[in-house]
Parts: sequence; C-alpha cells; structure tokens
Amino acid sequence: MRDSFLKKITELAAIDKDVVLLTADLGFGVFENFESKFPGQYFNVGVAEQNMTGLAAGLALEGKKVITYSIGNFPTLRCLEQIRNDGCYHDLNITIVASGGGFSYGALGMSHHATEDIAILRALPAMSVIAPGTVWEAGEATEALIKSNSVGYLRLDKTVADENSTHLFSLGGSIKYRAGKDVTLFTSGGILRDAIQAAELLQEQDIDAGVVSMYSVKPIDKSAIITAANETGGIVTIEEHNLDGGLGSAIAEVCMDNGIMPKVFLRIGLNNRYSSVVGSQDYLKAHYKMDASAIVKRVLELL
Amino acid sequence: MNEDQLKSLAKEIRQDIFHMISNKGGGHYGGSLSSVEILVSLYHSAMLPNDRFILSKGHAGAGVYAALAESGFLSIDKLKTHYKDGSDLSGHVSHKGIPGVEFSTGSLGHGLPVATGMALAAKINKDEHMVYVLMSDGECDEGSNWEAALFAPHHKLDNLVIIIDRNKLQSIHSTEDTLGLEPFVDKWQAFGWNVIDVDGHDLAQLIKACDSKEKGKPLCIIANTIKGKGVSFMENQVLWHYRSPQDEEFEAAMKELDNA
Repeated sequence: MRDSFLKKITELAAIDKDVVLLTADLGFGVFENFESKFPGQYFNVGVAEQNMTGLAAGLALEGKKVITYSIGNFPTLRCLEQIRNDGCYHDLNITIVASGGGFSYGALGMSHHATEDIAILRALPAMSVIAPGTVWEAGEATEALIKSNSVGYLRLDKTVADENSTHLFSLGGSIKYRAGKDVTLFTSGGILRDAIQAAELLQEQDIDAGVVSMYSVKPIDKSAIITAANETGGIVTIEEHNLDGGLGSAIAEVCMDNGIMPKVFLRIGLNNRYSSVVGSQDYLKAHYKMDASAIVKRVLELL
Repeated sequence: MNEDQLKSLAKEIRQDIFHMISNKGGGHYGGSLSSVEILVSLYHSAMLPNDRFILSKGHAGAGVYAALAESGFLSIDKLKTHYKDGSDLSGHVSHKGIPGVEFSTGSLGHGLPVATGMALAAKINKDEHMVYVLMSDGECDEGSNWEAALFAPHHKLDNLVIIIDRNKLQSIHSTEDTLGLEPFVDKWQAFGWNVIDVDGHDLAQLIKACDSKEKGKPLCIIANTIKGKGVSFMENQVLWHYRSPQDEEFEAAMKELDNA
C-alpha cells in the first residue's frame, strides 16, 4: 500500500506544485526520489509531530495541499489537538497518512499498534477516515483525499487483499468484492484479505457470504449497509482495531439511525485491550481471533 | 499615525477590553491589558496589508477584537456581544465570522507552528510578506513551541516574527515559580533566533524592534510587560488572570483608564 501511495503522490506532485509532503523523520529509503525530484515540496520536519501538523495547517492556509506522514499512532494521536483545532476547524486540505494500521508493526510492541486511530479520528467533524483494503484502493484513496480540500486520514496497512477492481472509488463509497445472500462481511483495511479467505472457506460449507470493503469509514456508505441489512442474512463487521468506535460501531449507528435491525449482527475486532503480546501481523490476528479461521468459526456460531 | 495617536488608540482599546470583559463577567483582563501596545504597534505600524498575524495567546482575544474594531474591521457595537449567548466573539479568538482574524486559537502552543508553516509557504512561493505571532510567556511551557523554535531557524525563516508578551505571570503563579523560563533571551538565542528585548509598553521600542530583522534568522521580540497594565490594582496581580471586578472595582478601573 505504501508503494501505491508513493506512486500516486509522485504523480500528483509532478503536475501540482502545491502538493507538499511532510514527514516526521520516517520513510528511510522511501522518499529519497520524491525529495530529489520535488525540492520545495518535501520537508523532513524531524521527530516532531505536533509541529508537523501545525506546519501543515500553516502551509494549507496558504493554499498548499499538504500530506503529513509517519507511522502507527504518531501522525494521529500524538498531535490530535492540532488535527482538530488547526486542521479541521479551519477546513484545510491536509491528508494525514499513517503507515502501519492495526498490527502492521506487531512485533514492535504496543506503542506501534494502531488500534484506536479510526475511532478517535472518526469522532472529529470535517474529517474523512479511509482504511483501504487493496493496493488499488490505497492509490485511489491517496488521490481522492489530496483532491478533497478537507482533512482526511489515510490508514495504510501492511496486509493487502489481492483483488483488482473496476469500480469507481469515492470518499463515502465501498466495494463489494463478493456477493452473498447468507451474510455480509464488512471490513476496513487489509483485513479484507482475511474476510475473503473466510468467505471462500464458508462457501465450502454452503454458506454464501458476501464481502464488502468499507474503505471509507467516514463518510460511510449508508446504502451498502442498509441493502446488506435488508437483503442478506445479517451483518458481520471485521476490523483490526478496537471494537469501541470503529467500523462495527459506525455500521451499527447506520442501522439504528435508519430503524433497521439486521437478522444477525456481530462485530469482530480487538475487544478493549492493548496487546503486550507481540508478533507478526498474521500471528496477532490469529491470537486475537480475527483471522480467516476465527471469522469462519464465529460466523458458523452465529448463523 | 504618530506616537500620540497610537497612545490614544491604546487607551481606547484598553477601555474597549474592559467593557467587553466586564459586560458578561468573563475573559482574561491581565493578559489582554498587557498586550495592548504590542497589538497597536503591529496593527497600526509594523504590519503591511499582506502580512499575516496569529494571536497564539488566544485568551487575549478581547484585545484583538477591540483592535480590529478600532481599525474598522468590525463595529464597536459588535464588541458588546463578546462572550454572550449566540455571539461569534468567543472568549478565545476565532476566525469564523470575524473579518481580520486569520486563525483561531485558544489552546496554547498552536500559533507558532502554524505561523511557521505560513512563513515556510511564503518562502516556497517567493512571497515577500511577513508572518507575525503574538505569544504569551506562559505558553512557552508547551513543547510544541520548541519544536517550531528548532524548525524556523533551521529553515532560515527570516519572514517570521514572534512577539512574546513577557508579563511574567501565568495562571496560578509567576512563570519563574511555575516552570522557570529564564534565562529566556539566551534560550531563544541558543535556538538560533535573532532576539530583541524591549519594554512591551513602549510603542517606539516595539516598532523599532519589529523593523530589526536579520537575514536568515527568525526574529523573537521579548516584550517585557505588566500584567493588568493600566489599572493599578490589577497590575502584576495574578488574581486578575481570571477574576472580574465587582461594581466599585469596575468604577475605579474605568476612572483610571479614562484619565490615563
């Protein structure tokens, strides 16, 4: 996903000199080409995320389309008030990019597990929250956010679903990768891969599971949720994120607000905890029962 | 404007501030009154039409609203709505609906990083305008300021000017009893700034300092002021960071401001 993001910003920076990339000293071996190609459009601001976000606001007030980049929780939670007061309240064009959603940096420990970012940023008015599930979605999300003229959050995952799409991408959209009448699996982020694997395993047991990538957690595709609630056997949400306030909460809100009760409803994610256990992203997904086999088990229990 | 006219304007702004804050019993007298000469020197002398200004000590918003009203950006009548139900003149300065305010603040430590971004943009765009920030001394406790303090000299942002209202008192105690800032001039110099130490109530010194730019270095003006300046019983009293005067105190203060 990061390569897709980098390719897209390189394309955009070449045709729009107002695209400016700020990094808080992360991206060794990643941004060297961008830096040499676009002087005046790249600044390593040092390990200083509050200043990075304030700088982004100042640049954006002067008409720049600014990307702030770091990993895990650093460009988001460390500087949350700058995002809220300086960015969102002033309606600025800032795209906040975190490389390493969920347990992408699983072995690095709790500080590097981004498992509350979506809930926290989703709470901010004037904010888009995008967690792509495929390489293609990541590239499209990058372009859409930079062109959106508002504050957006792009959560890049190390895991990706190996899917292609001929769909149109839009903030507030979603993509149905599998149709299925028995249950709909909604995902945000690269865990889409695990949901698709789960759907294939369920098919072997004659369960027809649909899979929808809700890459846009905010704004959210209400009609996809309402259709799934009305026309399929129920909704299961899957996210590499804490359950409180994440994708599952967002989907539950849409159901309740529209007076719709899915026949069954289940949220799969991290159940209100920090992980002191470390390991690869796949190891931790299995450990916290959100990998493909755990999804299959929970769906079978549910239906 | 000549110096007498500027002094007269400062007097009017102090009276406006007093009315605004007393009107609904809310606001920050001490830090608003200490900033008046700084605002006058910026708005009516140092700043050119294209220059940018951020009030980082957002709690002194009353002073900015008054200065803008005295400059014709908003009506003097509108000042009466400050702090009132339904008003957009919030206690901490907001840009929404207020012509002349470029950036909203209120949480300390935000103004300098944003102004630094504006100054960086001007350098990238090869624009000639300056970016000014008015900060409080107490807000220099915030680490975000020191992140920007490292950044601006590193990128040679000599189009950036900060003025620190050095009234030496913060919310509960003096700055030195809270989190010592001294040696303050040395700190900013060590970070690579061109530092000028002035009497923050002396308009001539402030205006001269704003003009004392050094190529390749951002400018830091430490404006030594008196918190609550202009009302003798408020001066240098931490009590008046928040407190509102009662009837007799209000009369005495207005009399003093009128006779200044």
